[in-house]
Amino acid sequence: MADELTPDELLDKIDYATDSGNWLDTTKSVQIRPGMYCYAAKPESVETLGLPNARSWNPTEEDWKLPDNWQQIIHDGIKERLEKFRTFKIFMDVCVRCGACADKCHFFLGTGDPKNMPVLRAELLRSIYRNDFTTAGKILQKIPGGQRLGGNRPLTLDVLKEMWYYFFQCTECRRCSVFCPYGIDTAEITIMARELFNLLGLNIDWIATPVSNCYTTGNHLGIQPHAFKDMLDFFVEDIEDITGVDCTPNYQKKGADILFVTPSGDVFADPGTYTCQGYLILFKYLKEKYGLDVTWSTYASEGGNFGFFTSHETMKRLNAKMYYEAKRLGVKWILGGECGHMWRVIHQYMDTMNGPADFLEVPVNPITGTKFHNSASTKMVHITEFTADLIKHGKLELDKGRNANRIMTFHDSCNPARGMGLLDEPRYVINNVCDNFYEMPPNTIRENTFCCGSGAGLNAGENMELRMAGALPRATALKHVHEKYGVNTLGTICAIDRAALSTLCEYWVPEVEVAGIHELVGNALILPGEKERTEDLRMEPLPGCEEEE
Amino acid sequence: MTQKYLIPLTAVFLLFLVAYAGAGAGLGWFFGIVFPYLAVIAFLVGFVIKVMGWARSAVPFRIPTTCGQQKSLPWIKQNRIDNPDTASGVFIRMLLEIFLFRSLFRNTKAAFNRNASNRITYSWEIFLWVAALAFHYAFLVVLLRHFRFFTSPVPSCVQFLEALDGIVQLGLPGLFLSGVVLPAAVLFLLARRLFDQKVRYISQGSDYFPLFLILGIAVTGIFMRYFTKVDIVAIKEMTMGLVTLSPTIPDGVASLFYGHLFLVSILFAYFPASKLMHLGGVFLSPTRNMANNTRAKRHVNPWNYDVPIHTYEQYEDHFRDKMIEAGLPVEKKE
Amino acid sequence: MTKNMIMGGLAVFVLAVLSPFWFNMVTTTQAAPEPELLGPAKQAKKCVLDTYDMRTSHMSLLDEWRDAVVRDADRIYVAANGHAFNMSLSTGENSCLGCHEDKAKFCDACHTYTSVDPYCWDCHTNPKEIE
Repeated sequence: MADELTPDELLDKIDYATDSGNWLDTTKSVQIRPGMYCYAAKPESVETLGLPNARSWNPTEEDWKLPDNWQQIIHDGIKERLEKFRTFKIFMDVCVRCGACADKCHFFLGTGDPKNMPVLRAELLRSIYRNDFTTAGKILQKIPGGQRLGGNRPLTLDVLKEMWYYFFQCTECRRCSVFCPYGIDTAEITIMARELFNLLGLNIDWIATPVSNCYTTGNHLGIQPHAFKDMLDFFVEDIEDITGVDCTPNYQKKGADILFVTPSGDVFADPGTYTCQGYLILFKYLKEKYGLDVTWSTYASEGGNFGFFTSHETMKRLNAKMYYEAKRLGVKWILGGECGHMWRVIHQYMDTMNGPADFLEVPVNPITGTKFHNSASTKMVHITEFTADLIKHGKLELDKGRNANRIMTFHDSCNPARGMGLLDEPRYVINNVCDNFYEMPPNTIRENTFCCGSGAGLNAGENMELRMAGALPRATALKHVHEKYGVNTLGTICAIDRAALSTLCEYWVPEVEVAGIHELVGNALILPGEKERTEDLRMEPLPGCEEEE
Repeated sequence: MTQKYLIPLTAVFLLFLVAYAGAGAGLGWFFGIVFPYLAVIAFLVGFVIKVMGWARSAVPFRIPTTCGQQKSLPWIKQNRIDNPDTASGVFIRMLLEIFLFRSLFRNTKAAFNRNASNRITYSWEIFLWVAALAFHYAFLVVLLRHFRFFTSPVPSCVQFLEALDGIVQLGLPGLFLSGVVLPAAVLFLLARRLFDQKVRYISQGSDYFPLFLILGIAVTGIFMRYFTKVDIVAIKEMTMGLVTLSPTIPDGVASLFYGHLFLVSILFAYFPASKLMHLGGVFLSPTRNMANNTRAKRHVNPWNYDVPIHTYEQYEDHFRDKMIEAGLPVEKKE
Repeated sequence: MTKNMIMGGLAVFVLAVLSPFWFNMVTTTQAAPEPELLGPAKQAKKCVLDTYDMRTSHMSLLDEWRDAVVRDADRIYVAANGHAFNMSLSTGENSCLGCHEDKAKFCDACHTYTSVDPYCWDCHTNPKEIE
């Protein structure tokens, strides 16, 4: 674990000079190593959704307790997915192994493990595909040495284990896809591989348990309705202490204008909680000033979707709650909070899976009159789109000075960047609530952004070495602006980032804090009737209010 | 490890020798007529089957990789090419991708400097892009120039291309630029595979084989034009015979030509079963050829099916007491 | 991309690949020129190269001649068959075109057929045209 491995020791391990030899031969020597893998899914979590082969098992043990016909299951599973997904079929066929993607992956850059090159990660699965599904593969099987020549191999238990190990070392960040001349998206291949693993019950617990929680209690963390309310009540008290204003939100309010959905991580853990308080402050402000009625729901209390890291079907089952609840409550449209993969799901999948949302209206901001044409069908708006629109129209009274102690940079989260293109909206918001903003180097932001190293369900505790290695490219860039401009706050619009980047900073750049964008909005926003604030949402003194020593 | 490239290299040599010796031994009809026809048939049938196979697979979700600012609020400048929301934007993105290899143009090279700065640094890495572009365009020019062997009279556009390709007017017969660029680019791509450790590690025999094959084709072609010389009137009689479906084997066709033709035929026949199918695939990649407007226009999944979900009613039934106690609204009071 | 677009694109591709075949069906195809010895050449029975080498390598020979004549003032070429020839493309009876009188048949027919555009005639003139 990285707890045992210092940053220096981790850096010592990096070597981009790959060993010689044929990677097809190294399958057996792959060891599922502590610090690099996540624990196996608990059977009860797999059972909640009725997914196959629930049992307790351990990746480091020899016997994975697979069904006898597991090879057939995988074979049929690949076949089915080749028919269902053109992406999968084309990505299996057209890679020319040019190597452009090789050094684009944060896990390769952080570990130097050649099987973390995106091309090779995909080749693990492609070698099976070529062997079992292509004419060339079938011919080569008959020639001695032919399989090796084409890089083909049969699906053995060792191969399965190797695939499992490496497809749970991919955060589906899509950075490789930006550089691929054919747009081959390793995220898509990882999604397929993980679907296949789930056919055998080979999920990791950090994904399976949140999925199970989300299904029954409405959110990944399994926060039950009364507890959810308790937690928000707690924030309301804090906000009242700081501002003197009661920001109590609506829950499941029928006929509200807008349903608000955000990842449950923001309700649960710092520093996401401050972002959550920012939402409460914003909604209070809009209610007081403009009469906008926003409601939360304890049923649809999860924006994120770990089903996305399990299978398309699971993703759909978890996502269904948003429309279901919006319809029941009779709101006009849905507003979504700051989250990464949540927005990939909403932007590129939700309407297709669970739409059409013809019971909702095309989103209009009633305060500014702006019609959100870009979400005309899905009817769900990103909160930074919403807030940016409010600021642009001068509808928010902001005191930038309250964030004067924050020297900001912004981490583009993979999914909003490469699965949506939400780049300038959060920057616009930051620049309007804070005076000091510096970009990280261009190769590490916007569409070139680096993953936090913990996405796609890999933000567990037991794989910390992997996470910190994967975090290195982001940390390097952050350290650069920290040293050059004195950056002390890393802004982000993703709940997993808020948790993962905090760990990253602690490990690699301890002087930097992580903050959600709406935490800064919450600090800057001048609530009607507020008392003079002396503390920010972290209950630390505002600039100029520090106590004299 | 070395067998990954030694076997393909040997295979290309042997294939050439088989045709070279075979033609000398009176098998010209096979290498000059039967096999080329078979190769063209294999190419077309294989290509069509492969692409139809791709077309048959569904595109359930609209999942473009977005490489720029989305279309959102009217005052935020959208990147219409790298994040297109319209068909015309997608068209331009695809043109740039197919004809200028835009994604590859972005390529960077990462380096980690342990001990000195402990930083990962990135530099622009243009050579792969240059070589790839040079290779593909030189190959295209060479291919189109060969229409002089398949048309009579030769259309002026082909003659114009020849004049352009031979614009340096060097030597006799005049040097074609494509004849220099093509082998040079192939050698660069080959050198990358052999000497760049990462690329060497990911390369398979099936990556070296087409390179050696194309190199073999280029070298035999260059030899025929500049060095050993062949009777091209006889060769054109033969190629014209092929394309007018009245094949003949004229006297005086050099064995070297049979070697050249056989390697070309192998390339054609091998094409659909190999990674070379990226020629078709580049048009079809759903991460590039779709507009990023999924929230604005609903994309329909042809196999979308109903799934069991946990309804609000089930949820309320489960938590009703706790919800009532916490003062949360419920549908049913008991 | 819709299936129809893919099928359309595929049809275009197949047509392009088959273009050498259908192009010759829809246009009139000229046959290969038949070499024919006329006039003085018919009687001469000797030439600078034998037939096959003449067909494959005459351009190299002319290139060598040009260098020999222009740079070294060397005007006599002794062929493999032992006969000596005047190194000249188009001047006088003892030149290529002096013997092979019909440029159109001797040079142009094959050059046109194979789309070769030699720059000989940038400087040289067909003696027939001078008269």
